[in-house]
Amino acid sequence: MPAISFNRVTRRYADGFEALRAASFGVEAGEFACLLGHSGAGKTTALKLIPAIERATSGVVLVNGQNVGALGPAAVPYLRRSLGLVFQDQKLLHDRNAFDNAALPLAVCGQPPREAARRVRAALDKVGLREREKSMPITLSGGEQQRLCIARAVVNRPSILLADEPTANLDAAAASDIMEIFRSFNQVGVTVLVATHDLALAERFATRVVRLDHGRVVELRVAGQSVAA
Amino acid sequence: MRAWLRHHRQSLAGTAWRLTRTPGATALNVVAIAVALALPLGAWVLLANAQRLGGHTAGYPQLSVFLAPEASRADAARVEAALRQAPAARRVRFVSKDEALAALKRSEAMNEIAAALGANPLPDAFVVDLKPGDPAAVERLATELGALPKVALVQLDAAWVKRLDAALRLGAAMVAILASLLGVGMVAVTFNTIRLQILTQREEIELARLIGATAAYVRRPFVYQGALIGLASGLVALGLVAGSLRILNVEVGRLAASYGADFRLQLPPIGDLAAMLAFAAALGWAGAYLSVSRHLSRFAPH
Repeated sequence: MPAISFNRVTRRYADGFEALRAASFGVEAGEFACLLGHSGAGKTTALKLIPAIERATSGVVLVNGQNVGALGPAAVPYLRRSLGLVFQDQKLLHDRNAFDNAALPLAVCGQPPREAARRVRAALDKVGLREREKSMPITLSGGEQQRLCIARAVVNRPSILLADEPTANLDAAAASDIMEIFRSFNQVGVTVLVATHDLALAERFATRVVRLDHGRVVELRVAGQSVAA
Repeated sequence: MRAWLRHHRQSLAGTAWRLTRTPGATALNVVAIAVALALPLGAWVLLANAQRLGGHTAGYPQLSVFLAPEASRADAARVEAALRQAPAARRVRFVSKDEALAALKRSEAMNEIAAALGANPLPDAFVVDLKPGDPAAVERLATELGALPKVALVQLDAAWVKRLDAALRLGAAMVAILASLLGVGMVAVTFNTIRLQILTQREEIELARLIGATAAYVRRPFVYQGALIGLASGLVALGLVAGSLRILNVEVGRLAASYGADFRLQLPPIGDLAAMLAFAAALGWAGAYLSVSRHLSRFAPH
């Protein structure tokens, strides 16, 4: 069973603009996949459909076999808790330190404070920020801020990690570091789906690449080989 | 369940902490609402004291049956038997002419007149506390009693009781209207306070919703904030009213003493005060709930 499956998914906005047009693709459990495309290709929209931040106008989005479109408002929070999200605009809380930012998903889930602290420190350790847990986000570099976002995304031990342009504002070295972190989580079984416009990074790290153009899936590549789009 | 309880505990503690971090703004909010609450609370307290001042008659209208001066013990017993059989009578008390004179002598206003009397001119009498009910039935009873032998006069005190009761009901209605209006005002003030708080924490709320917070999780700290502000306002309002009563009681005591009475304005029983505080907290909760529900649906993704 694929971890993520898009079956002829269209997302049309009120003004008639179609961000996704009958897009179909899947990501197998444990895969490292990239959504590749230029700005406006539909990558962010596709990522937003997975945690039901937006809803498909038509077609079916399945997450671990669950039809996202059929979920009621009460079920959506529980779907989101099973996913790790790294946002394009980071969404760090600048009045809280690194530890508190990373701890937020655990607070939402009602984890006991002691267990939450243990998990937060483990997550910060994995992204190399264990020594900066008391630092405020503003004092972190761009790469460190992005790593903090990853720590926040994985602290809840999600089965799927979604990242929207996580390397967009980073230099090549920092971008590579971030992708290495994603790969390390993928290697322990987490399904990773990264939206990026960087072809080189996608080809270097992803086992599956879904190329989008104007909302359509124009190419699917698995292990470097093109398959039918 | 434990996680749910833990979050309630954390929300309450976090909200209290956040309120203490902005003491000036919190105090201004609480005082504004407290003054609004103190008005109906003060009126309610005065009304309750007026009811207490009305005494037993406020609850039970009285009938006084005066016997003729020549009435014998047997005549009095016959009248008493008739009174005890009357369904409208709740309590029958015999006041002999000697008891009546003694009471007159005890009264500061009348004691000089009573001392000047040669013989006791007062008649034996029955004082009847009536059950609340149909005024027409009470008047029929008064007519029947007046027709009994050796009954000189039947005095029905229902008229003033009715007037007092009507005045108290009017007062209660006015207090209810005032409380309703100011209650709506309190909900509106809390609504706006919470709206500003939500806007301040907008980013955090959006993020929490994106990573799996339920609407109840997001709503909880704000409704606690509304309830805490309501409760604190209720306590301050209670303090304002209690302080006012303390000042007023100096003059009330002097006035009552001039009538030979001992009367002080009192706060309602502790149970009523607790209910009032719970009501204030509930109003704050309601204002916050409305505010957070309205604003949550506007900008927090489902």
